[in-house]
Amino acid sequence: MKKRVYINSVGSVSAQKTFENTLFLEEITSYNDTTMGVINPNYKDYIPPAAARRMAKGIKMSTVSSKTALDEAGLDNVDAIIVGTGLGCIDDSEKFISAIIDNKEQFLTPTRFIQSSHNTVSGQIALGIGCKGYNYTYVNGATSFESCLIDAMIQLQLEEAENVLVGGVDELVPHHVNTHRLINHIKKIPVESAHLLASKTEGCVMAEGAHFFVLSEKKQASTYAELIGVRTYNILAQNQLAQTVTAFLKEHELSSDAIDLVVLGYNGDVTFDPYYDLLAKGMFADTAQAYTKHLSGEYDTAGGFAFWFASKVMRTGTLPAVAHLNKVAITKPKTILLYNQYRGEYHSLVLLRQC
Amino acid sequence: MTDLKLELKEKIIEQLNLEDVSVAEIGDKDPLFGEGLGLDSIDALELIVMLDKDYGIKLADPKEGKQIFESVETMAAYITSKKAG
Repeated sequence: MKKRVYINSVGSVSAQKTFENTLFLEEITSYNDTTMGVINPNYKDYIPPAAARRMAKGIKMSTVSSKTALDEAGLDNVDAIIVGTGLGCIDDSEKFISAIIDNKEQFLTPTRFIQSSHNTVSGQIALGIGCKGYNYTYVNGATSFESCLIDAMIQLQLEEAENVLVGGVDELVPHHVNTHRLINHIKKIPVESAHLLASKTEGCVMAEGAHFFVLSEKKQASTYAELIGVRTYNILAQNQLAQTVTAFLKEHELSSDAIDLVVLGYNGDVTFDPYYDLLAKGMFADTAQAYTKHLSGEYDTAGGFAFWFASKVMRTGTLPAVAHLNKVAITKPKTILLYNQYRGEYHSLVLLRQC
Repeated sequence: MTDLKLELKEKIIEQLNLEDVSVAEIGDKDPLFGEGLGLDSIDALELIVMLDKDYGIKLADPKEGKQIFESVETMAAYITSKKAG
């Protein structure tokens, strides 16, 4: 029998005030833009200034988020740190490359380079807490975070680890935004958060965030939910989606009727949101539905925000009205399914159960 | 020389991202490394590059660095002597 995997704590820095871990979307920040930055905590409350001065924003966000998760789990250290990121600390990467160009390959210093590698975040967290265990970074586009969940589940189920810190982080930076705007991956016209799904335009509202969780083999007072299953698919045609979801649920001896809440990754992109429509209007038409990207924006690890959201829903037993997508009422959901994809690729299914 | 010291302090703060340090807080003779500003070896590299890029001075012997980067005053004196020479 497989060992169980519990979500024992959460930590998040996002476009909402999620760094206050005692709150759950009581205060909503609305945007009317094509990008959304995070609401910054006071980083000095978490990171000594001497350490912070060389940290890229992604590292700072992750430090706060991971500290929040570790504190809630009551842990000083973990057996493994697994971080997912689509772009790493791209702000420093951009600055380093710009310096190469501007200075004609002269006068290069190591600081930006050191901080710009994708695995900087997991390394910095490990240095901060003195973790000499397994340290890994997944860079798998929009399934980077979900890949971490799979790895952590395997580690816990094989008893390779007892407590694993898992997280996802991505930064919002000007050059990346400009290039993605050019190819219509970001909306041309600002969209008000509440009207994201009604925009009917191409592209998304791009954002940033860092979300960390302690996954453990043992349930404790702080436990949010049980993580039952995760699966990722690089490519999935629309006509394969329903059968793929059905097969995933069957693997866990469930049918669509057993899902109390489905969290869909709608990001307002008229070209790719039909993937979600297929489930929302099909097999989950009579199931309570939620969406989160009007709150978090889109980024490669936005699945981490949805995972944070689902964990909070599980713990509180309430679905915030701001994220409720349809009219099917729900209280105290027992089983939550998350489905996400980005531009028709990088699909993921994540299944949580009340415990 | 006074202007150069002020300029160096501003550059050090900006280059090394010393967000919580103001120009007024850096004394001319304060040690830059160790107990003073607490800079480290990566900062030393940044300062060497700064000398080269902003003042056209290449440090021929890295061992000289210990004396040159002792304080803002020693840095300013080194730059002034190199420019005069």
